[in-house]
Amino acid sequence: MDDIILLGLNHKTAPVELRECLAFSDEETDSLLRSFSEHPIIKESILISTCNRVEILLTTSDSDAALGTAERFISEYKRIPISRFRENLYIHKGDAAIRHIFRVAASLDSMVVGEPQILGQIKDAYRIATQKRTSGVILNRLLHKTFFVAKRVRSETGIGDHAVSISYAAIELGRKIFGSLEGMRVLLIGAGEMAELAVEHLIRHRAGEIYVANRTFERGMELARRFQGTAIRFDEIGGMLQEADIIISSTGASGYVVQRNEVKAVMRGRKHRPLFFIDIAVPRDIDPRINRMDNAYVYDIDDLKGVIDENIEDRNREAIKAERIIDAAVVSFRKWYRSLDVVPTIKALREKMAAIARSEMEKTLAGLHLSEGDAGAIHRMTDALINKMMHDPTIFLKNNGCQRDKAFYVDITRKLFNLDSAEPNSTDPGEFQHRPEEEL
Amino acid sequence: MTAFFSMAAILFYLLSTAGYVSYLFLQKNRLHQAGCALLGAGFLCNLLSIIYEFVATGRFPVQNLQETLSVAACTLAGLFLVFQYRYRLRVLGVFAAPLAALTLSVSVQLPRGPSQIEIVFNNFWIIFHVVVIFIGNAAFALACGAGILYLVQESAIKGKNHGFFFHRLPSLNILDTVGYASIVVGFTMFTLGLITGFLYAKLVWGRFWNWDPKEVWSGVMWLFYAALLHERLASGWRGRKAAIMSIIGFGVLLFTFLGVNFFLSGHHGAFTRW
Repeated sequence: MDDIILLGLNHKTAPVELRECLAFSDEETDSLLRSFSEHPIIKESILISTCNRVEILLTTSDSDAALGTAERFISEYKRIPISRFRENLYIHKGDAAIRHIFRVAASLDSMVVGEPQILGQIKDAYRIATQKRTSGVILNRLLHKTFFVAKRVRSETGIGDHAVSISYAAIELGRKIFGSLEGMRVLLIGAGEMAELAVEHLIRHRAGEIYVANRTFERGMELARRFQGTAIRFDEIGGMLQEADIIISSTGASGYVVQRNEVKAVMRGRKHRPLFFIDIAVPRDIDPRINRMDNAYVYDIDDLKGVIDENIEDRNREAIKAERIIDAAVVSFRKWYRSLDVVPTIKALREKMAAIARSEMEKTLAGLHLSEGDAGAIHRMTDALINKMMHDPTIFLKNNGCQRDKAFYVDITRKLFNLDSAEPNSTDPGEFQHRPEEEL
Repeated sequence: MTAFFSMAAILFYLLSTAGYVSYLFLQKNRLHQAGCALLGAGFLCNLLSIIYEFVATGRFPVQNLQETLSVAACTLAGLFLVFQYRYRLRVLGVFAAPLAALTLSVSVQLPRGPSQIEIVFNNFWIIFHVVVIFIGNAAFALACGAGILYLVQESAIKGKNHGFFFHRLPSLNILDTVGYASIVVGFTMFTLGLITGFLYAKLVWGRFWNWDPKEVWSGVMWLFYAALLHERLASGWRGRKAAIMSIIGFGVLLFTFLGVNFFLSGHHGAFTRW
């Protein structure tokens, strides 16, 4: 039976400089897969390449040779000596390879545990492999199982719950205050990557009007145009507090940009509708005492970081549950994988019986001089005999008769009927001893 | 038969409580669905026990504390189901289901003394009076529950410690909305109840207002909730203040409902006597 092997590197084993050098574009992926498919010992192949990882999944009859070939191909395609990346490679065989691909797809192996993109990237990689027809019976089944497991992990554990980025944590908080963010008016004070990202998230959640206040009015206009909002002057902020619901502040000012008194003054006018301040600036822009007022909420950068740390801890706790789901999936996939052995065994057994019947028939019919019709009847009878005799052993091997360890019974069958001497690829005699123990 | 239905209702309420509490911890949809269905079953049993009593004795069963508490539990469960359907505020079941269970449990502990009241109790106005007052009270109880949840969630957000409740409770906005809606329903029903009470008093005693302690305290309660609603509509009193007021208001309600009968005396006394 062919082995499943996986070799690759990721953000944990290789620095970004090396990952950059080894990233495969779509065209490179195509031609590498073609090279694999033309290689005699590699049966099936899939290549996953993202900014954080390169993974190559193969099935092969000779894993050591296949590994050497894969390394050589990478080196040739990316024009980089093997010695430069060999130490960063991890190699998994059999169950370990299956577990690895399950963990990667379920985002347990990601830089940010639980991030959802990786599953899509694996699906893309698989689609390319199916188009190139480099994925066969085993990898098709493995990848379908992988998608199933990843989906299950996502729906049955909280691994993807709760934000782990500053801007998204702010959105989540906003939803806990306002319920829906639809129609909420946003005031952006200052500029900055994180603040702008938060505004973009808000727009995606269908926030209402966007106002932008900046020390330099031109810069404010520019940002306002980008968000299809309105630019206001810096000294208009106080009045705007009456309108806005969410205020994101990120200026370089040394003092507070929004004072407690200003908020106090507008609260009655806005009928105590809640105000949510997101203060990303250091030093802070929003007077922290505002948080003690009713219906006003202030989160500064440290508060948001605290939220994220908590959420990351949550995800890590959920990851333990996910590992359990994956353990079960590995066992069930292995069972299917081993059952692949049964089919050739049954086939060999049937062929052996047919061969014996054929030679005995020839001997017998040679001395009998029967009519063609009679000879045909005897042929049909022997075929029926073989079918009937093969029926129960076939059912036993294929089905639940040997639930505990299929490989064990397959091995016995092969020995009882001496099937392996007839075949060129005889199984390793050592396998008989250690295989059953693995299953226990 | 009444006792049987009451016991079944208590059992369902307790199971529903278990469902909602485990929903709070495990966040599985099936659990809150179970909680909701069980509460519905409890409500039906509770209702059957009241109807059975009504048919058996030929009078609306609000003659003593045992019967009034049973009606209170029933209206609370029923109103919560309506609110749950309207606002999908599942987590409030953690408050409503055990409260219904507790109320009905206290009810069945009490002796079922014979009616001591001579007044005809099948008058339409008196039944209407009692039913709307109880619906109002149940709504005020839900407002109190929503207020408690609001305060818990607010302190999680303000305190920046996103522990157990932050992820499990809904947004402040929905908690506030449900609290407000409960007060509006409660106040409307309570006002209707007071008016019919006045009409009945006029019919029986010839006067609208008798300075009975229950009447006085009901008046206090009405003014309290009226002030709460007025502030909300006029100056947008919402959030924390409204939540605290709903909780205090429920305290006043409990005193009006029970305390007045224990500590003071008046013509409502018999309804809560045991």
